[in-house]
Amino acid sequence: MALEVAASALPSSDEIKLATRSLGGHGYQTDLSVPAVHCGGCIQAIEAALAKLENVESARVNLSTKRVSVRWHGDQVPPLFATLGRLGYKAHLFDPEIHEKDKTLSELIRAVAVAGFAAGNIMLLSVSVWSGAEGATRDLFHWISALIAIPALAFAGGIYFRSAANALRHGRMNMDVPIAVGVSLAYAMSLYETINQGEHAYFDASVSLLFFLLIGRTLDHVMREQARTAVNGLSRLAARGAVVLRDDGIREYVPVAELAPGMRLLISAGERIPVDGDIASGNSDLDCSIVSGESAPKAVGAGAHVQAGTLNLTGPLTMRATAAAKDSFLAEMVRLMEAAEGGRSRYRRIADRVSSLYAPVVHLAAFVTFLGWMVASGDWHRAMTIAIAVLIITCPCALGLAVPIVQVVAARRLFEAGVMVKDGSAMERLAAIDTAVFDKTGTLTLGRPKLVNASAIDPAMLAIAADIAAHSRHPFSKAIAAHGGSADQPKLLSVREEPGFGIEALAGDDVWRLGRRGWAGWKARTGSEGKPGGYGGTVLSRNGSIVACFAFEDAARSDAKAAIQQLKGAGVSIDMLSGDTERACSEVADALEIDNFVPALLPSGKVEWIEALTRADHKVLMVGDGLNDTPALRAAHVSIAPATAADIGRKAADFVFLRESLLAVPLAMEVSRRAGGLIRQNIAIAIVYNAFAVPIAILGHVTPLIAAIAMSASSLLVIGNALRLQGFATTTTAPSATGAGS
Amino acid sequence: MTTLVYLVPAALFLGALGLSGFLWALSSGQYEDLHGAAERILIDWDDKLER
Repeated sequence: MALEVAASALPSSDEIKLATRSLGGHGYQTDLSVPAVHCGGCIQAIEAALAKLENVESARVNLSTKRVSVRWHGDQVPPLFATLGRLGYKAHLFDPEIHEKDKTLSELIRAVAVAGFAAGNIMLLSVSVWSGAEGATRDLFHWISALIAIPALAFAGGIYFRSAANALRHGRMNMDVPIAVGVSLAYAMSLYETINQGEHAYFDASVSLLFFLLIGRTLDHVMREQARTAVNGLSRLAARGAVVLRDDGIREYVPVAELAPGMRLLISAGERIPVDGDIASGNSDLDCSIVSGESAPKAVGAGAHVQAGTLNLTGPLTMRATAAAKDSFLAEMVRLMEAAEGGRSRYRRIADRVSSLYAPVVHLAAFVTFLGWMVASGDWHRAMTIAIAVLIITCPCALGLAVPIVQVVAARRLFEAGVMVKDGSAMERLAAIDTAVFDKTGTLTLGRPKLVNASAIDPAMLAIAADIAAHSRHPFSKAIAAHGGSADQPKLLSVREEPGFGIEALAGDDVWRLGRRGWAGWKARTGSEGKPGGYGGTVLSRNGSIVACFAFEDAARSDAKAAIQQLKGAGVSIDMLSGDTERACSEVADALEIDNFVPALLPSGKVEWIEALTRADHKVLMVGDGLNDTPALRAAHVSIAPATAADIGRKAADFVFLRESLLAVPLAMEVSRRAGGLIRQNIAIAIVYNAFAVPIAILGHVTPLIAAIAMSASSLLVIGNALRLQGFATTTTAPSATGAGS
Repeated sequence: MTTLVYLVPAALFLGALGLSGFLWALSSGQYEDLHGAAERILIDWDDKLER
C-alpha cells in the first residue's frame, strides 16, 4: 500500500509506547504488522536485525499473519521502524486490543479433533457390527460406542446445542435446531436399543454428522478470521495521540482520548490532526480527501478551523483544540453510522430461511410417520425406531454443509485476488444488488493528483521543476517529481519550503519558485491569471517571471472505467456521490462514463440518498473510503472499501480490497453471484436427496448402514459441487497481480 | 471374544494418545504459524543466535 503510507511519518517512540504491552517489570512487547514479509529469507533478515538491537530480547516473525512481535526492556524504545525500514520493510503498529487470542477457533479445532477421534473409532466398531458381529459381541461394541459418543456429544455437540437453544429462546429457527434435535434423539434411541440388546444403533450416524458439520463450520471460521487478520494488519490512519504544549513550555505526548478543549497541540508535517480545532500559528497544506472527499489540498494559516482526521502535509502547525476526541468529526461519523444501521440487520441468511421451512417439515414428517406406524402395527417401539430413522436420514448434513462450503471456496478465490470478505452473509447480499453507489475521491480516483499537461511543458523546465518538487511532500510536488528526467540542469544550492505557498530554490544567481501563481510569479501579476489550469494555478518561475504552468487532475484508480463498464454490463446502475465540487465531479463522471452524480454532499446527505434508494426497493452497494462515507457504508445493503480507507470505514465495510485496481468490485460481485447459484444448486441437491431417502425411511427400510452411506454420499456430492467454483475461469480479468504489500 | 478384551482397549488407548498429542500441539501454539514453520527449517542461524 504505497498509496497512503508514504505520506505519513514514522510513528514517534511515544506512539510506539502507547501501542505496547507491558510484560511486568521492565519487559515490554510490541507487535508490528509487516505486510511485505513473504519468505524464509524475510524471517531470517528481520529476526537477525532486530535481535542485534540494544535492549531487544527477542523478535519473532509470524509468517501466516505477517506480524513481528518484539520483546524488549528498558526505558528507551528500540529503533524498530528505522531498522525495518533499512531492510526495506514497511511496518506499522496495531492496537493491543486486537491481540486477544482467537478462542472460538481453538474451541472449534478441539471439537473437530474430538469428534473425528470418536467418529473414527465408532465407525470401526460399526463396520464390524455391519459385517456380522452378533449377540454379546455386538452388544459389547454398542456399549463401547455409546461410551465414546458421550464426550464427543458433550464437547463437540455443545456448540450446536448452545446455538440451537439460543435461537429457540429468541423465537427464531436456524440450521442448528434440526441438527441438535436429530443428533440427541439418535443418541437417546440408540442407547435405549443398546440397553435392550437391540440390533440397530445409530451412534456412528450421530457422531459422524457432528464431525462433518464441524469441519464446515471450522473452515468458515478460518476464512473470516483470515480476512479479519488481513484487514486489522493494515496501517492505522487515525492519530493515536498528539504532542501537547503545556503553558510552562513542557511538551508531552498525550493519547487522543485524553485531549481536552483548550489544549495547544503541535502537529508536525506528515501527521494527522487528532481533534477538531483552530490553528494558532503556522502555515501548511491539508489533505482533506479522507475527511470530506475534496481532492485538492487546502492551504491553511492562523485562525483556520481544522477537522480531525485531515493530514498535515507541508509545514508544522500549532493548534488549539476546540473539542475533545469524543465530540470531534470522527465521533460524529460514528454516531451517524450507528443511526444508519439499516439493511443488513434485517437480512436473514439463506441457510436460516431454508431451515425455517425445512425443520418444521422434517419434524412433522417424523411425527406423522410415528402416528402412521402406531396405527398400522400398534408397536410403539417399532414406530419410534422408524420415526427416528426418518429424523436421522433427513438431518441436514448436506444442507448444513451446502452453504458454508460454497462460501469458503468463494472467499478463498476472492482472497487470492486480494479481496477480503468479512462474513458469508455479505456475499449473499452482494449477489442481490442492482445499484452501485461510488464515492469519488479515493475510490474512483486515487485522491492523488496527476500532471496532465507534461507534454506541453518545456522538458528542461519540467526537469528543474521535478528536481525542486522532490523536496516536498505536497501531492502536487509528488506528481511533478514523478516526471523527473536525466536532463542537465542547474544544481540547486538551497531549497526552502514555504508551507502553504510553495518551494523556493537557489541555483547560481537565479531564484526559482515552484508554487502558487501569486507567490511564485510576483513580477507577473497581470496577463495569464485567468487561464484554466486544473485546480488552481501552480507555476514555475525564474526570478519572478513565470516559465511554466502545471495542470493537474485527480488520477483515476486503475481499471476504474473497465470496472464501471463490467458492472453496467451485469445490469447494475451506477451513481457517484461526492463531497467534492461539481466541476471536479463532472470531469471524473465524464471520463468514466457515469451518468448520475451528486456533488457537494454532506455525510448525512449520502446516507439519505442511499436510504431513498432503499425505500424505492433497490438493493444498494456502497463503495467508499472516506470518513464521510462511513455512515453510508453502514446504511447500504452491502459495502466495499479499499485498503486505503479510513479506519472506521474499513471496519464498517463488508469487503475490503487490498490492491489498487477497482476491478475487485465486479470480481467480488461475479464470484458472489456464482456462489449464490451454487448455493441454490446445493440446496436443490440436498432436497432431491431427501425426496429419495425420506420415502425409504418412512417405509422402515433404513438401517444404520444405509444411513451412513446416504449421509456421506450426499455430503461428498455437495462438497464436490462447491469445489467447481475454484476452477471457474472468470469472464472478468483478474485485477493486476501487483503485490499488496509492496 | 477374548482377544477383543485387550485389542479394543489397546486400539482406543493408541487413538486417545494421538488425540491428546494433537490437543497438546494445538495448545502449545504449534499451529499458529504454519507457513513460517515450513520456511524456518531452511534457515541456517548463526551459532551466536540461539533459537
